Amino acid sequence: MLFDALTLQLGYNATLVALGSALLGISAGVTGTFLFLRKRALVADAISHATLPGVGLAFIVMVSLGGDGRNLAGLMLGSAVSAWAGLLAVQAITRRTRLAEDAAIGAVLSVFFGAGVVLLTVIQNMSSGRQAGLDGLLLGSTAGMLFQDAMIIAGGGAITLALVLLLRRAMTVVAFDAEYARSIGINTDRIDMLTMLLVMAVTVVGLKIVGLILIVALLIIPPVTARFWTERSELVAAYAGAIGGVSGYVGAAISASAPSLPTGPIIVLTCFALFIVSLFFAPERGVLAAYLRHRRFQRRVHIRQGLLALAQDLPVYEPLTIRLLASEGLARRDGVPTEAGRARAAKALRDEHRWHVVHSLPDYEAVSSLYDGLRDIETVLTADQIAEIDTHIGGPKGVPA
Amino acid sequence: MSGEEFVPLSLVPILIGTFTAIACALPGNFLVLRKQALIGDAISHVVLPGIVVAFLVTGTLGTWPMMIGAGLAAIVAVILIEAIRRLGRIETGAAMGVVFTSMFAAGVLLLERSDTSTVHLDVEHALMGNLESLIWLDADGWASLLDPVALEGLPPELSRIFLTMLGVAAFLWLFWRPLKISTFDESFAEGLGIRTGALGMALVIVSAIAAVAAFDAVGSIIVIAMFICPPAAARLMTDRLEAQIAWSVGFATLSAVLGYVLAGYGPLWLGGDNAVSAAGMIATLSGCILALAVLFGPKRSRIGAPTEG
Repeated sequence: MLFDALTLQLGYNATLVALGSALLGISAGVTGTFLFLRKRALVADAISHATLPGVGLAFIVMVSLGGDGRNLAGLMLGSAVSAWAGLLAVQAITRRTRLAEDAAIGAVLSVFFGAGVVLLTVIQNMSSGRQAGLDGLLLGSTAGMLFQDAMIIAGGGAITLALVLLLRRAMTVVAFDAEYARSIGINTDRIDMLTMLLVMAVTVVGLKIVGLILIVALLIIPPVTARFWTERSELVAAYAGAIGGVSGYVGAAISASAPSLPTGPIIVLTCFALFIVSLFFAPERGVLAAYLRHRRFQRRVHIRQGLLALAQDLPVYEPLTIRLLASEGLARRDGVPTEAGRARAAKALRDEHRWHVVHSLPDYEAVSSLYDGLRDIETVLTADQIAEIDTHIGGPKGVPA
Repeated sequence: MSGEEFVPLSLVPILIGTFTAIACALPGNFLVLRKQALIGDAISHVVLPGIVVAFLVTGTLGTWPMMIGAGLAAIVAVILIEAIRRLGRIETGAAMGVVFTSMFAAGVLLLERSDTSTVHLDVEHALMGNLESLIWLDADGWASLLDPVALEGLPPELSRIFLTMLGVAAFLWLFWRPLKISTFDESFAEGLGIRTGALGMALVIVSAIAAVAAFDAVGSIIVIAMFICPPAAARLMTDRLEAQIAWSVGFATLSAVLGYVLAGYGPLWLGGDNAVSAAGMIATLSGCILALAVLFGPKRSRIGAPTEG
């Protein structure tokens, strides 16, 4: 069943939803990247919740004009207007008063949502039963999606994506260094505003599929996930788009494969699963990589300290050190060094003396700062330099150089 | 309006709304001052999976399972946010966004997948609340307030939220000095030997308890309005913390009472014949109060504001 869904064999409607969700996920991921880099991820939460009163008002207006209140284009227009009002309210509160942005975001999202809930009950009262389509906009509902709805979503997603790609240079500069952006003539306020407009566009496009409460997840989780895989901003945006697209596609497919699997939450949880995998297994920044790096470092420190102790005939008490030395074949379990261990220990001690000399010679000041107790001296000095240093010590006896 | 109609239908919802608003506004003052207002946002979202899991484990919607489930969910969320922030070196806002949306999605999914038809727990209720349904059927007038038989029939939510409000107030009263000092000057508080980390966690847990108790009545998203709007409006009225808390309690009460009345009777005055969502109206009114404070509050400006201490 799931396989059928993933290969678009579940019929017309499921195919529309899967493709629409994938496109939505891509544009949300790419747009969200710039929001994330600008460190304003949660403004999107205010914008998305602020769409609800607009949806309600649009429904009321369309019905009172004698039309169908569930027309998606009309609802999207209404939601865009009230999301815009919400965004202006957040900015007015942060600029005009001493309240911080977090309070402004929280106040706007909850108050707009509350007003929207009031309007929903008004709609319930005015036309019993006909508001059925509106509840679906909270958490996304793709059952019975019309072809024209899918086209609107696909078109909206594509336009948003194109705009993000057009604006990406300016948005990147503003996100990383607003000061510099101003100095080269970029109007940062306008770029910030455009970013927010794009976020609003993603929210409005995503209303039908993911719903207004969870759409913020599609804007935040993909860039955060992508950040684990790369340090370059263009690649973060590209990976975030891919992650969002995959989540949208797979999530919609899973949701179509069985009843009572609501689309919005499934897409978000698919995305979260990708995030968890990245958090643990990403090559550089992942938890597993960090743990392995830590273990490697620990191993080198223990072996180094163990060898220095062996070279000076000091007993080694630390069990981990003995275990590591034994596993390298440098010492026996009772702490007595092997032949190889003796040779390595002597070398370690000699290198330590060499470093000591390096520290005392002004010519080697730059090299001297590289000393961390672990680095092999051959990796920072040439054979000639080492030979010169050795003349300061006097040659070692009994160990080949 | 006669007591015969008011007491059974409106008195209890008004009281619950007011107690909820106050219970949330009290810790909200500190959340707003500590620039942690969105913790309220995060908590109110993660309360849902906590309650659903508690229901799936115990099979009831009793007070304690719900409180414990939601409290645990809040703690899990805070730990996850911290872990993601540190492990991934990600800014707090984004880490919060990842955690609370995912946990909320999990809660919705669990709710949709499990059979909750026997209890009053569904997605719409969780989002929007249902203040109007908390009526007191055994009452038939003001006299019922003194009638022990009728008092037996009071909705359990009323005593729950009342006790929660008292508990929150007691927490603030007991930890007033350390809370105040650590809110305004964290390093000074640490210098005095106050365990600011534990205190911050305690504040989050108290907020979570208030959020759970409020969840029943007003739903998870409107709770955020109760956490943030009255304290934010109060912040624009005064420079003193004590006065700010008094203002916020006043604003919370005003928006709860007026919001309920407008929702219940406003449509009738306008010629409609059905009430609108009371919880939504309370949130809207608290937003109106905040808007007025933003426009006219005496201490609204950032410029020239004296440094707090």
